[in-house]
Amino acid sequence: MDIKFKGGIILIVLIAALYYAFPTYQAYQPGVDPQTVDNKVNLGLDLQGGMYLDIEIKVEEAVKEIIRRTAVELEDLLIDEQVDFVEVRQTAGSLIVEMEAGKKVNLELAPYDRFLVQFDQQPEGELTYLQLKADEADRIRESAVSQALEVLRNRIDSLGISEPSLQKQGSNNIVIQLPGLKDRDRAIELIGPQAVLQFQIVNSNATPNTYNRLTEVVKYQEVWDKTTNKLISKTPFVLDKKILMTGEFIRDARVRIDSRDNSPYVALSFDSIGADLFAKITRRNVGRNMAIVLDDKVQSAPVIREAIAGGEASISGQFTVEEADTLKIVLRSGSLPAPIEIREERTVGASLGEDSVTQGLNSLMIGSALVLIFMIIYYRLAGVFAAVALTFNVILIISILGAFGATLTLPGMAGIVLTIGMAVDANVLIFQRIREEMKRTENPRAAIQEGFGKAFRTILDANITTLFAALALLQFGTGPIKGFAVTLSIGIIASMFTAIVVTRFFFDIVYLRKTKLHKLSI
Amino acid sequence: MQFLNFKEGQFIDFLSFKRVAAVFSAILILGGVASIVAHQGLKYGIDFRGGTNVQIQFSTPPNLDQLRQFFSDNGMKNVVLQTFGAIEDQEILLGLPTDSPLGTGENLTSELRKILLPQHPKLEIRRIETIGPKVGDELKISAVQAILIALGLVLLYITIRFQWRQGVSAIVALVHDVLVVVGMFSILDKEFSLTVVAALLTVVGYSLNDTIVVFDRIRENQGKYRKKSFDETINLSITETLSRTLITSGTTLLVVLTLFLLGGEIIHDFAFALLVGVLIGTYSSIYVASPVAVFLTKLAPPAGTAPVTS
Repeated sequence: MDIKFKGGIILIVLIAALYYAFPTYQAYQPGVDPQTVDNKVNLGLDLQGGMYLDIEIKVEEAVKEIIRRTAVELEDLLIDEQVDFVEVRQTAGSLIVEMEAGKKVNLELAPYDRFLVQFDQQPEGELTYLQLKADEADRIRESAVSQALEVLRNRIDSLGISEPSLQKQGSNNIVIQLPGLKDRDRAIELIGPQAVLQFQIVNSNATPNTYNRLTEVVKYQEVWDKTTNKLISKTPFVLDKKILMTGEFIRDARVRIDSRDNSPYVALSFDSIGADLFAKITRRNVGRNMAIVLDDKVQSAPVIREAIAGGEASISGQFTVEEADTLKIVLRSGSLPAPIEIREERTVGASLGEDSVTQGLNSLMIGSALVLIFMIIYYRLAGVFAAVALTFNVILIISILGAFGATLTLPGMAGIVLTIGMAVDANVLIFQRIREEMKRTENPRAAIQEGFGKAFRTILDANITTLFAALALLQFGTGPIKGFAVTLSIGIIASMFTAIVVTRFFFDIVYLRKTKLHKLSI
Repeated sequence: MQFLNFKEGQFIDFLSFKRVAAVFSAILILGGVASIVAHQGLKYGIDFRGGTNVQIQFSTPPNLDQLRQFFSDNGMKNVVLQTFGAIEDQEILLGLPTDSPLGTGENLTSELRKILLPQHPKLEIRRIETIGPKVGDELKISAVQAILIALGLVLLYITIRFQWRQGVSAIVALVHDVLVVVGMFSILDKEFSLTVVAALLTVVGYSLNDTIVVFDRIRENQGKYRKKSFDETINLSITETLSRTLITSGTTLLVVLTLFLLGGEIIHDFAFALLVGVLIGTYSSIYVASPVAVFLTKLAPPAGTAPVTS
């Protein structure tokens, strides 16, 4: 290859590398807000501090919930139509309608046929099995995850994090990243609860030992000591199984302070449908207690003194102001379609992140310096070539990471440091070859040609196999390991370019252009 | 500057050490295996076993026994406490089991502050890591998969570029390296975490570099010196590539040592695994991969060649 051509390529790559590395340099200058700079290397949460959460949406619960609701609906309909049935039972993925002996109901006819949109039916004597269709179940699972994303996004917005990120991962996981998060507990408080609000009527005549298991259910009111975090009391309530209303009609929620005892409570206002429904429910149940149930725990069970027409309700409990505020936010953002479980949490404080950056940079600089000094001492001028190539290498890695807006983690920094140690290998292979060739021939020009030529294949083989290892690491998806795999891979590729092209170019311009060449400094 | 300057054709008889090397390797590996058996398995980090780790920094040197008593007085009996990093960092790592409701709960930091603040008003909770039991199992599977994928790709590549004999010998050397590093972690009672697996895979890639460089030279020399015996060719090839092997190992060790000493406690074990791995990888490409290649070639000579004698 023509020297000018080669030099041109190197120059273009160098300019491009500097161009793409510059935003990163700019972004992390003191007094600059990194967020104002685009196309930079982003610092991972382990370096800038923040929270990484991997949560699982329990989608099967969403499927069960749909089946449960359908059971209630179907039962109501059968009662309305005065059909002689025994009960509608719910099993894992299906419903069973049990008719009285000799009675039949044709579900294919209106008004029942709407249930067959989602279910397949299979009659067996008095029993009819309604199996949720597989594609319906899939649809429910999918929409549960996308709904959860929406709800969580709303809740997280209230944390005031400047660049939060929520991403769906796999089929039913969501990865949440909250850079710069200060209050870890607050984030969990907001993300954690399913926030299903239900209104149910209390049966004051029944006790937990004597209640009708078919139509009633027991739920508890828990009282916690706020200072010791211990459960003080757990009061059972027998409730009508029928859920009269849920939180889906909430238009707004606000924290108010009760003027009598200065305790905070959450005031709800319903939309017009909700207001009508709430008026109807309260009118029918004047004189009875209505339990306000949040995530299956009774919050309060006030007596309904009169029909409530304005579409307003309030939830009181023993809230602190902060708890009431959290409740307000979760009720406003709506309930999650299914409970969630935290699979993985990685939270790093800002100061630890800074320490890690310092340690990473120190290792990088001292490690590189040691390698460069060794190379220059051992290979003299050729070592200087290698040193320049290595520096080029680091700029190249940073620019590639920046161009893709990649994230640099602490293991990622270790990957760069390691690459430097290993990147010299290509140079060492070439230089040792040239030295060997020098013993064989009196012609340094030939030695350079041969050295590069013979080392090339070995360099390729050796680097490709290291890439295999890096690729195998990439399957760890997210997290610190991926950062390492990414920088290692980029480093390996960049090092091949710098050793084979850049170092070679130096040999070309320094030695091969000389008309009389007797000695190499290597 | 030069060292190990050999005249052309001159070599060190590396293969004569193959029995000593075999015994050495056997001791290293069996020692590791014995330690793993004695410890009833590896000491997994939370990445694999699940649970919660909390890194806490104090303003005065923490007294672990006192803290342990403290936690147990506050109803937290199953916590594991250890100092983290250098003594002057005044940090501890608090471990909670997977089934601790506090770990993924919304009260973790407030509860810890409540327990510790009266005695340590200036503490800082620096890091919280929770891995659910399911994730732990998944990561275990991915870790094994990653190692198998890497080894599989290597076997395939070397078999294509060289011969199956070399492919198998390279794999033997790599498995050797992995076993030694894993064994070393067990012997030193260090936690085996995800970053250690990352280090292992890097070692696999690195150790292979050395092996390939030697194999490459063997192939080249086989073409060049047709009259030399196979053993001799191998010795010569190792000798010729020896200075490169040592220099690269040296520079890599330099940076790994820098990471080990300056990289901070979080990547300390990672750097340690690399340190052991780079040393053992260098050794294995000379004393494991090549002798195994000789052995395999004698066992199953390539078609069309006369049986090799040494």
